[in-house]
Amino acid sequence: MRRVAIIGGGHTKFMFNSPQSGVEMLAEASMDAITRSNLKPKDVQAIYCGNVLGDFSEGQGMVQSYLADDIGCFNVPASRFEGACASATMAIRDAFMWVASGYYDIVLAGGTEKATAMGTPLATRTFAMFSDGRYEYPSGINFPGIFAMLAHLYSSKYNIPLKKLKEMLALVSVQSHFYGMKNPHAQFQKEITVDQVLNGFMVSSPLQLLDCCPFSDGAAALILASEEVAKKLTDKPVYIAGVGQASSGKLSAQYKYLPRLRAREVSVKQAYDMAGLGPKDIDVCELHDCFSIASLIAAESLGFADFGKAGELWEKGETKIGGKIPINISGGLKSKGHPIGATGASQVYDIVRQLRGDLVNEGRQVEGAKVGLVDTLGGDGVIVNLILKAAH
Amino acid sequence: MEYTLTHKTYYDALKKNKLLGLKCKDCATVTCPPKMTCQECTGTNLEITELSGKGKIATFTTSYVAPLGREVEAPYTIVLVELEEGAWIMGNLIDIDPAKVGMELIGRKVKLGFKVFPGDMYSAGEGVRPLFSFLD
Repeated sequence: MRRVAIIGGGHTKFMFNSPQSGVEMLAEASMDAITRSNLKPKDVQAIYCGNVLGDFSEGQGMVQSYLADDIGCFNVPASRFEGACASATMAIRDAFMWVASGYYDIVLAGGTEKATAMGTPLATRTFAMFSDGRYEYPSGINFPGIFAMLAHLYSSKYNIPLKKLKEMLALVSVQSHFYGMKNPHAQFQKEITVDQVLNGFMVSSPLQLLDCCPFSDGAAALILASEEVAKKLTDKPVYIAGVGQASSGKLSAQYKYLPRLRAREVSVKQAYDMAGLGPKDIDVCELHDCFSIASLIAAESLGFADFGKAGELWEKGETKIGGKIPINISGGLKSKGHPIGATGASQVYDIVRQLRGDLVNEGRQVEGAKVGLVDTLGGDGVIVNLILKAAH
Repeated sequence: MEYTLTHKTYYDALKKNKLLGLKCKDCATVTCPPKMTCQECTGTNLEITELSGKGKIATFTTSYVAPLGREVEAPYTIVLVELEEGAWIMGNLIDIDPAKVGMELIGRKVKLGFKVFPGDMYSAGEGVRPLFSFLD
């Protein structure tokens, strides 16, 4: 396998009620990625695109093909990936495989979503499609509901009083908004307080409004190239050092592991092993904080804390810049926003900029960051992890 | 290969208040809801078994935001129940005020009932949900 680098990226602002279509958003992010990579559309050999609910939100399937045509990548093979919220990370992993294998030298990978066009009731219905439709949806399960049940289970299993756990969870959201305020792409650019989190509207007990990421519109895209090509086009390539992906069944079938998600442990081990690295080598991490409790669950399975102990990372400020493991310095899904088909590409985009040292002006650069970890979760169990490494 | 227990057979039984699962003749694990293979050993040497329908609440939530078409149901309480036979299943909890449930629910013993979910335009027909009530 050849070494593969990310050489450029593009990212729209994440927002509520975008005036643009999913294809338009992704076309803008893609053209930025192509231009910043010193390429033309005709140089792109294939497209890998995450998009989850275009069919429901704007009556548009096959966005990958219309994107290819829109940006002038005429007739290239373009594929859509659907792994709920992990779709774009899946697309990037596959794009990596095709370049690593030697089949392609230059490809585009990204994702787009226009979720807010659905309105909350339909969005809640369609997001619930990423739980078991036959055996679990009849009970009215929805996405907050899954993580709400994991929060109660976490409190019970690790013997942390719910009130104490909720205070720790509030700190996760507060930190996300602190950094989101500094990210010009973020949907929310305002600080929040623990009191505001704890007094918010109850969505699904024990999770309140500010424990939950928003519905969002947006897109992000990246150019992946072989090492040989990358070195000709940029002096700051960021290499994909490790990849992992794993799946799992319905929530109830995961009972032996919950609140841990076994798929994450399988996936991240693949990525760590491939990179020859471990949790201690990670300088900065973007993890899947769809709900505040999801951050704790993820941080533990990624190896940053013992099980039942991740809340202490946020309490002690270890997840901030300067801490042991800076997490979600983009603002995370919570503050930056979560256009589900684009989220993985957005996470990668932010880690790439961290490893290139591009975030000094935004006041959120992790100084000297050389290795970054991306963690994306889809539904109740698709996980993709990527480990990125600076060239220098 | 055919399913030993399809969702239709499972639901037809649930509508008669019977909870069916699959017992593995190789490793004795009970899989419920049904799957093609044993949850534990992935074997296919399975037989249909009727479960007690009793268990204890492993976790819960009260949902205040319902999906499209189910708004009138909110708030409602969803539970994951650890069945006596080991498997967990998802259902709703009745006989309580959904707004007043708390951590004391975890560990409470419950028994099975059912309620038909008539389905919506995305569900390919009706479903049946386990409806749990307190055993003691």
